[in-house]
Order: sequence, then C-alpha cells, then structure tokens
Amino acid sequence: MIETRGLTKTFKDKKRGEIRAVDNVSFVCRPGQIYGLLGANGAGKTTTLRMLATILEPTDGTAIVCGHDVIDEPEKVRANVGFLSTSTALYPRLTSQEFVEYFGRLNGLDEGTLKKRVDEIFNRLDMNSFRDRRCDKLSTGMKQKTSIARTLIHDPQVMIFDEPTALLDVMTARTIIDFIRECRQRGKTVIFSTHVMSEAEKLCDVIGIIQSGKLLAEGSLAELRSRYNEEDLEEIFVKIVAPLYAGQEAS
Amino acid sequence: MSYQNIGFVFRKELTEWLRDRRTIISTVVIPLLLFPVLTVGFGTMAALLIGKARQEVPKVMVLGGADSPRILEGVRKLDKIEVVAAESNWKDEIINKEIRAAVEIPPAFEADLAQQKTDVVKIYMYEGEMKSSFAAERIEKYFKDLSDTVVTERLAARNLPPSILKPFEVTQNNVAPPEKVSGAVLGGLVGYMVILLCLTGGMYPAMDLTAGEKERGTMETILSSPISRFHLVMGKFFLVLTASLATAALSVLSMGLSFSALKFFNPEGASQRGESAALLLKLGPVAVISIFVMALPLAVLFSAALMTISLFAKSYKEAQSYVSPLMILVILPAVAALLPGVELTSKLALVPILNVSLLCKELVTGTYHWNYIAIIFFSTCVYAAAALFLAVKMFQREDVLFRS
Repeated sequence: MIETRGLTKTFKDKKRGEIRAVDNVSFVCRPGQIYGLLGANGAGKTTTLRMLATILEPTDGTAIVCGHDVIDEPEKVRANVGFLSTSTALYPRLTSQEFVEYFGRLNGLDEGTLKKRVDEIFNRLDMNSFRDRRCDKLSTGMKQKTSIARTLIHDPQVMIFDEPTALLDVMTARTIIDFIRECRQRGKTVIFSTHVMSEAEKLCDVIGIIQSGKLLAEGSLAELRSRYNEEDLEEIFVKIVAPLYAGQEAS
Repeated sequence: MSYQNIGFVFRKELTEWLRDRRTIISTVVIPLLLFPVLTVGFGTMAALLIGKARQEVPKVMVLGGADSPRILEGVRKLDKIEVVAAESNWKDEIINKEIRAAVEIPPAFEADLAQQKTDVVKIYMYEGEMKSSFAAERIEKYFKDLSDTVVTERLAARNLPPSILKPFEVTQNNVAPPEKVSGAVLGGLVGYMVILLCLTGGMYPAMDLTAGEKERGTMETILSSPISRFHLVMGKFFLVLTASLATAALSVLSMGLSFSALKFFNPEGASQRGESAALLLKLGPVAVISIFVMALPLAVLFSAALMTISLFAKSYKEAQSYVSPLMILVILPAVAALLPGVELTSKLALVPILNVSLLCKELVTGTYHWNYIAIIFFSTCVYAAAALFLAVKMFQREDVLFRS
C-alpha cells in the first residue's frame, strides 16, 4: 500500500527561483489496484514517483510505502519497491543474467534463493535465449524484459512505473502493459504515470490528474466521467487541467 | 549484509571495468608499453642516430690560411673531416647543411705564432645541430692540441717544466654510496611518475562510474535499489582506487624492466641510464614498497577528488573538461620536488603532493626521516579522508545527482 500525505518537493532554480514541482499531494494506492498518475510533461509525475521510490527526498509531507516512511526508512522502502522507467537503463557490459543477479544481491537474496528466482523469472519472461548476452547487445524488447526481471527479482509488494512505455514500439509497449496487469493480478500495489490517455483508460483502477505539481482530481474512470459529465478521458483531462495550464503558459 | 553490498558494487564495477577495451588500453597496455618504448626503443634509436652521426666524415671549409701552409696541411690531414674548397657563401652552406662547419685561420697566423702574438682562430658551426657540433669539436681539438704543443715548446725553450703552469690541482670527490647518487637522480623521477600515474590511472574509471553512469541512465537504476548511497560510493571508490594503484604499479614494474633491458640493448651506451637502471633495481622491494605505502593515501585523495569532480558533470565529455585542470594542479607540486635544492622541511611536509614527491626522493636514496614520514603519511591521510567525505556527501546531494 502507498499513502502520500501532503507530499511536496521544491527545487531552487537560479533563473526562476523556487519551483514547486510537487505541491501538497495526498492519495492512497491499495494492493491489487493500479493507480494512474495522469499529467502533461513537467506536471510533477516523475518527481512524485521518484519520491515514492526514495530516489528524491520530499521537501515537505511524506509517504508511507508498505508501512515504511520514505524519509525515515528509505532503504526499507526500496527493498519493497520495484521501480521501472524509461530512464532506468541497464549496465552495458554486464550480461542480462549478471545484471538481474546484481540487483538480487543488493536486495539481500542469498545465492540459493537468487539462483531459484533468476531461473523462475527467466523462464516466465522467456529470457533464456539471451541470458548470457551483454546488455549493450540486446534489442529494445530484450532490454525491457531485463529491466522487468530486475524489478521482480526481490518480489516487491509495490511496483512503480514512470512512463514505462514512452519511446517504445507497440509490441514492446504491450509487453510492459501486460506485465503491469499481471502485477495487479498478483495483488501488488501498482502506481504508474503516463500522459497517454488510452493507456490510463485501459489500465487504471484509479486515476489521479496532476498539473503544476498539484493533484487536481482523483477517482475511477466512471467517477470522473459522471463528475465532469464527459465520456472521453481526454476531454475530462482538458477540462480539469486547462485553467492551470493556461496560467502556467502565460507565466 | 550492508558491508557486503560494498563488495557487490566493487565486484560488479570490476567486471565491467575489465570488459572495457578502453580500460585495458589505458591501465595495462599503455603503462606497460610506455617505458619500453621511451627507454629501450627511444634510447636505442638515439644511440643508433648518434653513432651514425659520429661515423659521418663532415665536410669542412677552411677560410684563409694561405700564408700558414703547415697549419693548413695539419687541418687537411685530419682523418675525421673532409676539407672542401672555400667559397664565399660558406655561411649559407652551413645553414643549408651542405657543409658542417668552417674554420677561419687569421692572416699571418704561423708568423704570429713564431712572434708569440695572440691570434683568434674562429670556428663557425650550426648550434644545436649534432653533426655540425661533431665537426666543430674535431677542429677545436686539433687547435687545442696545437696550442698545447706550442706552449710546451715555448716552456722547453726557456728551460721551464710544464708544471709551472699547474702549481696544484683541485678535485671533487664523492663520498655518497653509488646507489644514493643514482637515487638522487632517479628518486624524484620515480616519485613523480607514481604520483602522476596514480592520478591518470583513476581518471577514466572515476569519470565512467559517475558522469558516465549519469549519461547512460544507470544512475537512477542503481539509486532505486536498497543499497545505501554511502555503500554505493564506497564500492565505486574502491574500484577507482584499484585502477589508480594498478596503473602506478604496472608502470613502475615496466620502468624497472625497461631500465634493466636497456643494459642489454645498449651495453656500452655510456649508458648512464643503464647504470642507473641497475641501481634502481638494486634499490629493491623495500624502497618500492615504501613509495607505494606513501602513495596509498595520495591515491585515496586523488580517487575521491576525481569522483567528486566528475559527479558534477552531466556527461563523460563534461567530466573530462572538469578533470583536465586537475592534472596541472597535481603536476606542478610533483615537478616542484624535482627542482634542485628543494628539500623536505616541516612546512613542506604539510603541502599535499609536493610532500610525497619530496619524500619519494629521500626513500629511493635509502634515507628514512621517520618524523617527516609520519607527518606526511598522516597529513595525506587527513586530506584523503576529507576528499572521501566530500565524495560521500556529493552522492547524497540530489542537485548534483540529478543535475540537468
């Protein structure tokens, strides 16, 4: 389970002064549920997810992930989280198996368990044909599978996906989408960010719309449709975001 | 489990490092080839060229001397030069290397000698040009010998012994053991080499493991794992340190082997280098180990500083531009220790890099000033610890890790 309480992150910029990338964001994401964070580029999605993965520290507020506070127990939080984004790359000179094993060891798996888990995941994701191939020699699809294997090696309860399908071709993106669904079926808590409306419509149990670091609306697709009296998610999104977006553009 | 993570990071970085062709070239191939090429290759080639230049019979012009036939004949009979007909453009011919030198015999030189008048014999040559110098040397020797003969004859004519011109002799005598003499020459060089190579050896991995990782997008991957940032930095740091020391060790090994090989390739070689090389080897493992013990905290300092600086950069290329000025900062004090007359004092013992460089000079000569050794070792340890602390702090700064 993920619970954020007034999560805030500010950055200092020499030209623009203080920037509130995430502003007092609170939401709850439950096990067996996919929470979609929907927002335009620069809305604050990545910063929010990075705070949940304890890669960044909140300036104010906090989040509880699997019962651990992101500020007080960041290492325990990370041990329970699988984090995947387009910018989480692979080590080019390690083989696919070595890469996954490395993260297994950092997650504290003993050699016996590690071997069992690696075999299990490589069989499940059909990765055996390239397990000994160096990561810099893998195709995009193989790379994505290796990244997925990395996030699964320690069997985390929470999965965080930051725009995981951005820049991917249809087939590779489909592998990721299927994987996200599978995570839900296995009862994991899933949070994922996107700016692609169709992905959010297809996948999310709860959608949170974020703009200028603020969580502007939240609910299931059905709830949002009835609340804003629109069928199309894109129209709903525009209705919610437009006033803030115009103001932001003007400034 | 936690300290084990440092080992996991180190092992992973080592695996990647050894699989990188650039690493093998910069850490193993270049240090191992540099000295053999510089000493054996370069030394042998220089010896060959000098030998060839000496064998050449240079063309020399004699200007004047028609009224001094005996002397002119003497010059012509010199077997190591070829006298060619005098021409008015002799200067151009020397510059164009058509002839190697010219000698101007003053008018009525023989008559003046007989009357005990002092004349000036001028030798013209191309300064800095080896073959021209050899030609000038041979002519000068002929005239010096002639001068000595004339003096001896004049003394004999007055019934005076030659010793009248030399009432006493002054000599300088070395009391230092030969290895110390050689050490004074080589000591500074060995220290300088070790210091410089500790820096260059750590440069590439430090940039690759920080800025390179940011550029490749693997920084976010590793930061999302449960490893603490402290353990992550330490694992990376140990790899940079290993690279730094390995480069220095391989280079010193290669230097020792090259110097000893030089004796085989260039046995007569007036080979000061060859003889020094034998002495370098005689210095044996104690001096070499002492140098490495002293270089260890310095390598820690370099590794941590390189990582801290490189981490600021967004890309490998940017890191290179940050790290390059560091080379100058290190070379200057290391070279300062090579200057004649610069010796260890309690104040200089606190100046980083310069202190280790100066100490290496002493260690190689077998001089162990324990008070200085202690000051230098501990002060360098303090600087190293400060740099390492800074590197760890940098890894905890979001604005540095995610600088964009």
